[in-house]
Amino acid sequence: MRGWRSAGLWVGAFIVGFTLLVAIFAPMLSAHDPFAQELSRRLIPPIWMEGGKPEHWLGTDQLGRDYLARLVYGARISMLIGIMTVVTSGLIGISLGVAGGFFGGRIDDVILFIITARLSIPLILVALAVVSLVGSSLTVVVATLGLLLWERFAVVARVATMQVRNLDYVAAAWSAGCSQPYIVMREILPNILSPLAVVATLEMALAILLEAALSFLGLGVPPPLPSWGLMIAEGKDYMFFSAWVIMVPGLSLFALVFGINLLGDGLRDLLKTGRVA
Amino acid sequence: MLQFLARRLLVALLVCITVLTFAFALTRLSGDLAISIAGPNSTAADIEIIRKAYGLDRPVIQQFFDWVGRAMVGDFGQSYFFRERVAKLIGDRLPITLTLGLVGLGIALTVALPLGVISALREGRPIDRVISLVALLGQAMPSFWLGLVLMITFGLHLGWLPISGTGTWQHFVMPGTVLAFSAIPALMRLTRSGMIDAMSADYIRTARAKGLSRASIILKHAARNAAMPVVSIAAVQLGFMLGGSIVIETVFALHGVGFLAWESISKNDFPTVQAVVLLLAIIYTLLTLGADMLNAVLDPRLRAS
Repeated sequence: MRGWRSAGLWVGAFIVGFTLLVAIFAPMLSAHDPFAQELSRRLIPPIWMEGGKPEHWLGTDQLGRDYLARLVYGARISMLIGIMTVVTSGLIGISLGVAGGFFGGRIDDVILFIITARLSIPLILVALAVVSLVGSSLTVVVATLGLLLWERFAVVARVATMQVRNLDYVAAAWSAGCSQPYIVMREILPNILSPLAVVATLEMALAILLEAALSFLGLGVPPPLPSWGLMIAEGKDYMFFSAWVIMVPGLSLFALVFGINLLGDGLRDLLKTGRVA
Repeated sequence: MLQFLARRLLVALLVCITVLTFAFALTRLSGDLAISIAGPNSTAADIEIIRKAYGLDRPVIQQFFDWVGRAMVGDFGQSYFFRERVAKLIGDRLPITLTLGLVGLGIALTVALPLGVISALREGRPIDRVISLVALLGQAMPSFWLGLVLMITFGLHLGWLPISGTGTWQHFVMPGTVLAFSAIPALMRLTRSGMIDAMSADYIRTARAKGLSRASIILKHAARNAAMPVVSIAAVQLGFMLGGSIVIETVFALHGVGFLAWESISKNDFPTVQAVVLLLAIIYTLLTLGADMLNAVLDPRLRAS
């Protein structure tokens, strides 16, 4: 069991690490400009299919843009959305959760209520409405997802803080005369980080999937940016004749999210926090 | 029991009020609603006419209470885009979304419950690992993409199922399956952990000692106790599924509430958007409330705490 589990962790880490490298070094990986259209070379299939051209490994899209170039630049968007959303929602969720768990009483009641209310709000619908009203851009998508996806951070941080709050070393810090902020920052936070790391992977995977769904519905990252969700939306009209136009970005998205989930699952086992997250 | 009931109801009511305020504030996000409705190519005179016509020239507080007062009695006003009352628009399309949600939940439970039980009974063995790997794969599947892949495979190449529309029960098979995918991992994991806990409980040892058959122990004793958290999460998942139907209805061109929501968002039809947000939030709140009540009835320990 252990060996198999840590294999999952390594496979997950490899997929995520690889995508991160691709995202960082995107300009060096492709000789083509992801935005350059060439209408005489539309919908060339990938190199291993009949009609493939050696200069376009993954073919071209409906506007003649190189598909490999768009794919590697798309990795940038997915990773950026994933990481930025986790940072934003993590800040909100962890602050709320730690406050609720640390202070208890009325404050905790209010925070629990905010979490309940947030859960009742239909996520995709509200995200779509916000992007539509404010205008679509990368920043708006990150802000919207960040403001909506914090509840799992809050739930886990709250429970973990409650468990840590009454431990001996916190009592020791109190009696040593440490201040409240010091105890929260130095005694509690470092000790609840492992379950939160697992939540971070779950939320990153969710944020990437949601961005793709929003872009697919036309209210996420605006064209001509090469978001994988947008690539699937643009390829949809051609998918019955050239299925690869949706398979290439779709499989990449699937593999990246699967990798993040594997990483999270492996971390959970490694840190033995299964019950909390 | 009564106190638990009252407390739970109060929370549900407060959530509804919060969402009511949220749904109103949401459409005021852009700053000036009249400009959003008028569109980018409108003149100042157009905007002024729209502002008057929709009552947007009144103080915000007055608009809010007016909206809340009407929403309470189910009147969400006139749709800006469709020439109909919002309540009727939603009423006409709700059956499709509910059918889709229930089909999705049905498929999810049919797949998740047996897999979860098998996984628990073979904990740590190869079959358990394979099942949890499948759950992880399902969790990573982008639903809209899966929908398109199914369309190509079963609609175009095999010709087994219709690609879009709502005419027959076959129309709901693919969208229902896609929707189920999102709920299967959570349902399965919970069934698994519930069964593992239940199988190591004292009453199972007693049942074994009494010499009951393995099938009877698993089905009558363990499964019944493992079912309770599954009931709660199934209610929660149904709520999420109705919310997630917006993507799937758009992919499969099912004209349900989700599709309506997407259409009205892209047409700046705010009364409809507000009403759908509110409706989905209330359905979710009622579902979780119902699940909590059911659990309280089934498990006396919950009522006490």
